[in-house]
Amino acid sequence: MMKTYSVKERIACRVAMEMHDGDVVNLGIGLPTLVSNYLPQNINITLHSENGFVGLAPVSEVIDPDLVNAGAQPAGIFPGGAIFDSLMSFALVRGGHVDVTVLGGLQVDEQGNLANWMVPGKMIPGMGGAMDLVVGAKKVIVAMEHNAKDGSEKILKECSLPLTGKGVVSMIVTELAVIRVTPDGLVLEEIAPNITLEEVLAKTEAKLKVSDTLTVMKYSEL
Amino acid sequence: MNKIVEYEEIVALFNDGMTVMVGGFLGVGTPASLVRILVNNEVKNLTLIANDTAFPNAGVGPLIVLKQVKKVITSHIGTNPETARQMLIGEMKVELVPQGTLAEKIRAGGSGLGGILTPTGIGTIVEDGKQKITIDGKEYLLELPLRADVALLKAYKADRAGNLIYRRSARNFNPIMALAADLVIAEVQEIVEVGQLDPDEIMTPGILVDKVVCYGGIDDENI
Repeated sequence: MMKTYSVKERIACRVAMEMHDGDVVNLGIGLPTLVSNYLPQNINITLHSENGFVGLAPVSEVIDPDLVNAGAQPAGIFPGGAIFDSLMSFALVRGGHVDVTVLGGLQVDEQGNLANWMVPGKMIPGMGGAMDLVVGAKKVIVAMEHNAKDGSEKILKECSLPLTGKGVVSMIVTELAVIRVTPDGLVLEEIAPNITLEEVLAKTEAKLKVSDTLTVMKYSEL
Repeated sequence: MNKIVEYEEIVALFNDGMTVMVGGFLGVGTPASLVRILVNNEVKNLTLIANDTAFPNAGVGPLIVLKQVKKVITSHIGTNPETARQMLIGEMKVELVPQGTLAEKIRAGGSGLGGILTPTGIGTIVEDGKQKITIDGKEYLLELPLRADVALLKAYKADRAGNLIYRRSARNFNPIMALAADLVIAEVQEIVEVGQLDPDEIMTPGILVDKVVCYGGIDDENI
């Protein structure tokens, strides 16, 4: 029987296709973390953990209380990994030494603005390292479900929530589509199998330009 | 100079209204025994500077839950619901600072700098009330230095001169905070004699550290 993939796993499988061999990558908590499970063959990346190391690995059999990922879950470190303090960790982030960051999103808009750190009066977790990551990483991929749980749009003409970063997003990957942020606005590059163009447009408030080379979404697995 | 002290000797050093920096990332690298002293002695009206407010029962979290903090300067409060609750009803002030900026503000406070320029937060509410400076056509925020009365650190090993070595991801903000407080106290798991740490291995020079206490057995782990 074929394995069935959840929405989040399908998004992770598509994001994984964006990784190049040798990339230094920071994966946000939640859905983005799944990306490392679906890397294409022969693609090896180095994961940056914002709490102070590169070479983030799955947890080993013996849990080390001094070694956790940025979500405080027990972690491992690969041979060749390196530990440092928070200054070095964010010098790497802001200084352009991280090739790709993958984050979740509450809203993204036509200017590549991202909102993912607070909902005034309701949910105020704080920005943590997200504001540094979006200004510093060479490529910022927002990996999120296309619409909110109540069906409302998340890809908007203009974000209404407080921004995490202005004009920072490179690419949006959802279960329905791959959208690239360009100086001319959002360009729809790929659509998921069995989804129509009309359906994607209906579920997106922002204006989407349809790429001349529109294709079906490619996945590292499935 | 022997900087090793017993817990009882440092209790008197904490006062209501102090500004306290505490190392750690979601509790990992936080000196649990030193936090416990603040809790047990009911030190109040603290201004707390820490990466996050951890969990209700871990890291600096209990200080928030027990309402010992009047203001916290931090990057993340999402794992301790009590922080947002007290903030929303106006019991505690919360100043949210991007994590990389927080680290640099503390570095500036401890290294004689008048502030740092960062692109982080441009175009967001983080820039409210801050000076913007354009360099080579790019905008930066001027972020001002942070210092504290006391820094509470956790390290793995110390020698009697206060030289420190951290372990794994428990390092995080600890070495930075060692620079930026009038009184620096480190909680360590192991103490060795002067000369037993190779100078090349030392991560925080002992000249920055005023007092060292050996791990009091709280959440003791065998490394």
